Amino acid sequence: MEDMIFYDRLQFAFTITFHYIFPQLTMGLSLIIILFKGYYLKSNKEIYNDAAKFFMKIFAINFTMGVITGIPMEFQFGTNWAKFSELTGGIIGQTLAMEGTFSFFLESSFLALFIFGEKLMGQKLHFLTGFFVFLGSWASGYLILATNAWMQHPVGFEVLENGKFVLTHFSQLFNNPWLLPAFLHNQMASLVTSSFVVGSIGAFYLLIKKHEAHGKLFLKTGVIIGLISSLLVAFPTGDLNAKNVAKYQPAAFAAMEGIFETEDAGAEIVLIGQPNMVEKKLDNKIAVPNILSFLTYQEWDKQIIGMDHFDKSELPDNIPALYYSYHIMVGLGTIFIGIMAVSVLFLYRKKLYSFKPLLWTILFLVPFPFIANLTGWYVAELGRQPYLVYGLLKTVDGVSPTVSSGNTLFTLLGFVALYMLLGLLFLVLVGKTIYHGPQHQKH
Amino acid sequence: MEIFWFVIIAIILTIFFILDGYDFGTGIIHLFLAKKEKDKEVIAKAAGLFWDSNEVWLVAAGGLLFMAFPTLYASAFSGFYLPLIIVLWLIIFRAIGLELRSQIDHPIWKTIWDKSFGVSSLLLALFFGIALGNIARGVNLGGVENGTSIYEAHYFFLPLWNASFSPSTTHPGVIDWFTIVIGIIAVVTLAIHGANWIILKTNASINTKLKSVIFNLNITLTVLTVFSVSIWHIIEPHPLANYLEYPIFLIFPMVYFVGLIGLFFIKKFKKEVYGFICSCLIITGGVTSTLATMFPTLLPSTNDVNPDLTIYNTATSDYGMSVAVPWMIIGILLLIIYFIIQKKLLAGKIDDMDYGH
Repeated sequence: MEDMIFYDRLQFAFTITFHYIFPQLTMGLSLIIILFKGYYLKSNKEIYNDAAKFFMKIFAINFTMGVITGIPMEFQFGTNWAKFSELTGGIIGQTLAMEGTFSFFLESSFLALFIFGEKLMGQKLHFLTGFFVFLGSWASGYLILATNAWMQHPVGFEVLENGKFVLTHFSQLFNNPWLLPAFLHNQMASLVTSSFVVGSIGAFYLLIKKHEAHGKLFLKTGVIIGLISSLLVAFPTGDLNAKNVAKYQPAAFAAMEGIFETEDAGAEIVLIGQPNMVEKKLDNKIAVPNILSFLTYQEWDKQIIGMDHFDKSELPDNIPALYYSYHIMVGLGTIFIGIMAVSVLFLYRKKLYSFKPLLWTILFLVPFPFIANLTGWYVAELGRQPYLVYGLLKTVDGVSPTVSSGNTLFTLLGFVALYMLLGLLFLVLVGKTIYHGPQHQKH
Repeated sequence: MEIFWFVIIAIILTIFFILDGYDFGTGIIHLFLAKKEKDKEVIAKAAGLFWDSNEVWLVAAGGLLFMAFPTLYASAFSGFYLPLIIVLWLIIFRAIGLELRSQIDHPIWKTIWDKSFGVSSLLLALFFGIALGNIARGVNLGGVENGTSIYEAHYFFLPLWNASFSPSTTHPGVIDWFTIVIGIIAVVTLAIHGANWIILKTNASINTKLKSVIFNLNITLTVLTVFSVSIWHIIEPHPLANYLEYPIFLIFPMVYFVGLIGLFFIKKFKKEVYGFICSCLIITGGVTSTLATMFPTLLPSTNDVNPDLTIYNTATSDYGMSVAVPWMIIGILLLIIYFIIQKKLLAGKIDDMDYGH
């Protein structure tokens, strides 16, 4: 049974990982775009309008990629996870269908209006269309997070005799205590990605000495929003999420923090270490005593339950992957705060635009927020294992009963090949847009 | 409540076939008839400006089907695993073909993505037709072998074809001669629809020729329609039962035939939009007639062991279905408003427009 679902899990993991490269950029970027556009309305300086339109072009490429890689996600619920869809479709179908009818439409329609309709509509309406793009993309994130929150912490349902989950309280899907912290954390993380992208495009222009006025604006915007969002990702949103995991998924919490044995007199926080699954301990660890208890419960010597407390069947099935994903995310997040703080300091002292080592650092930093976002999602999804619906429906019981693993392997290979092509084309298109530059064009 | 959602999803699906249908059809015409670069560009644009907002209707239909009839969603999507994933890949190739052709100004680059757009559109039209054929014909629910089910009663897995290519066995494949006929009907219908869209939205040099093409394709479609109606009893012993019971359903085939007959006058139409309306009627009539023949069945069973999947045995709870009505209405209103804005903004011939870039 475990083998049978391996390829289904791998295919979902692969396709969602590739998919989420794009929305994490578009969600944050839509906010930055309306900030540029709004400032243009106020100041009437053309450079801000250039910036808004330039990033909407980047947004559009990402949005297209998001659409064409997103439809396979919706389909896979049915194709690969049929049993899960059958049992829970009446509940998660609500939020997924809302995503399809509301947010997707808002985004795709107003994106077209924003790109084609500036002259037709005038500046104020143009700003408004940008605002609806932002609203659509954030609503989309909210509804997907609402779906995921229900899987992490199911509420407002009852289980019928035939095993089906049916909705009893629609509003609880949105009052789910898991939802708001997860949503805010996710949106701030998305803002980290997009501000870093904006900043690094700015750094790139300054380094190649082209479009320098725009480059300075992008870099300044990127590092300021980058610092704010990097801080907000950690506190309060990340902190609230970790507390939710400790409260609702203690087994996942122990695994991601690397707590093998229950620590009664306060748990240490592990900064570095390698999980040793044979001896059930962390090798080569560097840890600070009592900090984890304090961070989680604001009490230095509060007990934290370790993995020894749980039966093997309750623990996530891939503890090292969960542990590493979490530590990569937290580690990168910490480094982001550091680099952005230094950058803002240099900006304040008016040395940022000419200090090459920092410009190169910001340029090469750009893949890392993507990695931090994706590892963050791995924490959520690996931590929920071995369940699809936490505590109630196991992942092995959600898979399609009639699709053989050979079929899934075949389609997985097809997706890998196709997405490699897509990735390549994407880089060419974005590269072309960036090279072309944001300069205002006369026609 | 089940009927309400069935009707809503059927409407959204029909809108999807009308809207994205012209994109598929545009691709088919592009593949076979567009020779000059100027035509190729403007015809690709006639689909390229609209495909993503049209595809949203597919996402909406999928989402609502998932919400209201989860058992059907689970059963059909896993049972048609390979063809569905192939459809996904084709949708991707269609999209990148449209998005990429204008990115690099070189004939070979353009040819690659034109073919990607054209061939995927052709295959998508064929596959959607075959899908409709499969849904009408039914599948071996429960995977019955020698009178016993090897899966739960509502699951199945279909091979792409079986050696006999016959629709009347208990073990049909995805492709048999019946579903191929429906697939070809879909290709012909959407080619007509796409040609009408091109005439409506562009000043392509082949527009006059397209009217003759539509006329000839329409003759083919008439022959195919008569043929498929005459063989329908093979897959459904009582094809007229629903029409006798609910005579109001007769409006669906009538819509189809009004469109079909109307198109024979394509060369005489004073306004180009009339042709397009006719092909919309054909698609609407075709999809709704098929569904009306089956109602309330959604997926028939080809064996005697397991029952058909109907709107009643695949639906979610009543609470779930009723609580979704208010937000769905708001959602649909938004869709319609958006649709009107978009059509206004992109009204007229594409080659006459100024895109502002």
